[in-house]
Amino acid sequence: MNAQENMDTRGIEFGFGFLKKAASFDIQFSLIDYDGSMSYGRAYLVGLLNTLLVSFIGIILCTLLGAVIGVARLSPNYLIRKTASFYIEFFRNIPLLLQIFFWYFAALRALPMPEDAPLIFGSSFMTIKGFYTPAPVWNNFDVFMISLVVALFFIYFFNKFAKKKQEEEGKQYPKFLTSLGIFIILPALTFVIGGVDLSWSFPQLKQLALTSFTFDGGVGIPPELIALTLALTLYTATFIAENVRAGIQGVGKGQKEAAASIGLTTSQVLKLVVLPQALRIIIPPTTNQYLNLTKNSSLAAAIAYPDLVLVFAGTAMMQTGRAIEIVGITMATYLTISLSISLLMNWYNKRIAIQEK
Amino acid sequence: MTSINLLKPNKENLNLFLVLGALFFVLGILDFCLNNFQGKNITSFLPAYISFFTPLIFGMIGLHFIRIEFSGIKQLDNLNKNINTSNFNAALSISIILLIIFSVAPLLNWFVLDATFVGDSKEACTGGGACWVYIKTWFNRFMYGMYPNAEQWRVNATFIIVLGLMGAGYFFPLRYKKYLTFYYVIILPIISFLLIYYLISGGEFGLVWVETGAWGGLSLTFIVSFFSLIFCFPIGMMLALGRRSDLSVIKYSSLSFIEFWRGVPLITVLFMSAVMFPMFLPDGTYVDKLIRVIVAITLFEAAYTAEVIRGGLQALPRGQYDAAKSLGMGYWRLHLLVILPQALKLVIPGIANTFLALVKDTPLIFVVGLLELVGMLNLAKTNPKWLGFSMEGYVFAGIIFWIICYSMSKYSQSLELKYKTDR
Repeated sequence: MNAQENMDTRGIEFGFGFLKKAASFDIQFSLIDYDGSMSYGRAYLVGLLNTLLVSFIGIILCTLLGAVIGVARLSPNYLIRKTASFYIEFFRNIPLLLQIFFWYFAALRALPMPEDAPLIFGSSFMTIKGFYTPAPVWNNFDVFMISLVVALFFIYFFNKFAKKKQEEEGKQYPKFLTSLGIFIILPALTFVIGGVDLSWSFPQLKQLALTSFTFDGGVGIPPELIALTLALTLYTATFIAENVRAGIQGVGKGQKEAAASIGLTTSQVLKLVVLPQALRIIIPPTTNQYLNLTKNSSLAAAIAYPDLVLVFAGTAMMQTGRAIEIVGITMATYLTISLSISLLMNWYNKRIAIQEK
Repeated sequence: MTSINLLKPNKENLNLFLVLGALFFVLGILDFCLNNFQGKNITSFLPAYISFFTPLIFGMIGLHFIRIEFSGIKQLDNLNKNINTSNFNAALSISIILLIIFSVAPLLNWFVLDATFVGDSKEACTGGGACWVYIKTWFNRFMYGMYPNAEQWRVNATFIIVLGLMGAGYFFPLRYKKYLTFYYVIILPIISFLLIYYLISGGEFGLVWVETGAWGGLSLTFIVSFFSLIFCFPIGMMLALGRRSDLSVIKYSSLSFIEFWRGVPLITVLFMSAVMFPMFLPDGTYVDKLIRVIVAITLFEAAYTAEVIRGGLQALPRGQYDAAKSLGMGYWRLHLLVILPQALKLVIPGIANTFLALVKDTPLIFVVGLLELVGMLNLAKTNPKWLGFSMEGYVFAGIIFWIICYSMSKYSQSLELKYKTDR
């Protein structure tokens, strides 16, 4: 009731109609077409997509890094083991926000201006204004995507068929090689007969004013995105590394010895005995880390990466003053992401849990 | 004397191989150092892509020569076992050694050798290294925020008294040990609150009033963390018990409370406390920003603590409950005397992690305009007199936070060992 009174005195009406009004502010970095004349709803979508983008990249990178560090932590090599634990102890004990600030305000600011930037790999530039790299220019992109989907279908059915054959007749097919073959050959065919064409647009130095330069063409990755991804990856990887280590240590030595004694090769032991059991320990806490990463990506607001919090709970709220609706929508969005991943996880956990009699 | 086979180093020619190995190893390191620090390439006669890898190749050859099993020299055997079991391992070891050499020298230069320690203005910093003058000049601001210089003894005094009271728990006579929890959970927070209210905030007893907006720096980090830590634990415990309750009202309200706070990022919770919460207050009432922030962080972390404690509760076998009930214990006696002591012992690492996360989350309070250590850094680096020293500031804050968090995690590990009972 107090809220009602307060809103009345401030001349604010409760409602979601404002989502259709023109936003009239610009967003620096957007995955979909957007300009100031579009609605607040569209701005929300831009923010959401930016959040999902940085989370997606972060999750992939931190999984790779975390797995490597986690395995390195168990290496028989003293130096590697110590380096890995040094990495973990170092990065997990410093606040994430501080790390983001460090990369953005201190490390990336030391990069050269666009006009002085050296060429990397013959085609890209790392500058204070971001990372510029060639962009693919597609012809008939949809045909290519369809071929990818079809290839995945084929791989799925082939693997099902191969598994059935193995269970019924004990006959083994080279599953991995065939799948890889299908995955490469089918999309490659579209270049020959589907009219698909790929060329690259390279970044070119362009002079804006006497001392102001920028790059034209190619893809420009803003420094905000780089700093955020870097910090999220390095920070979350420490936790994933610990999960991976716990998972591998959780598989008893007897399991490996038993598997070796029935004549499995080292790679078979790893693939058929160790990994399935280790993953059962690794996956649940790791999903939690993925969720944490997604939620932590909201720290983007601190360095002005236009994510959901900055665009919607920041700029849009400043302009409309609708605190209750906007904070509510923002929280509901994160809650939906979290709860849906949790539900998925619970389902997965039930599926892989040991079936005890 | 057996013939010398360079591919298979053997024990008979031990000394020769050791000398050869050491020679190659030193050559590799030398090549690397000259390349990186002197700008000289002693292998420039080779093609560039080979010359780049020469330190690695030399080092690997060197380690290959000294890879002799059962050499009879204890140190050598140890070395081989630890870093030199195969060519692949040797390559990794060499890479790491080179990486350490590569990074330690510039870091040392930046931190100490080229750094400026004396002076009182930006102009004093002429060396290429860090400008610690910046930290020295701003030290008071980083520690106390905008708190007036003349009044800072009040903050110090408060912290010393609270620390002393916390330490006093150690010297409790054995007879009063059972009141220890009561002391830590109820008496200590009340005393600390009164101290902060009357001493840091002031306004009475002839002390100048200092508004919370002026508090800041590391001392604010401590204040926020301290209260959130103390309050989030009992609330989390209640929520954990509530989630396992038989009454469905309590069960589902705890469940939805926990899931709600765990599902949203802290930054949106702080936004809520800053802009949404005041709208629900009756006209004229005002809750201090700092209190709102502490409440928000407490509730947020309580949900995480609850889940950790629930893990401990679930890990206890049913027999413990049954045994306690058969002794005629009621719900509260059962939990306080039998279940919780065992469950909490199990989840010490998890609770420590939650507390660490809490401390690491405190910088986020910048969204409501409170500037603790990291916030003060961002303010200081925009000062026109001190532009361009953000690196020093972040490194300084990083070291402080690292020390706090690392010692907390080490302390939790020692607690875990102390309370470990083998079953």
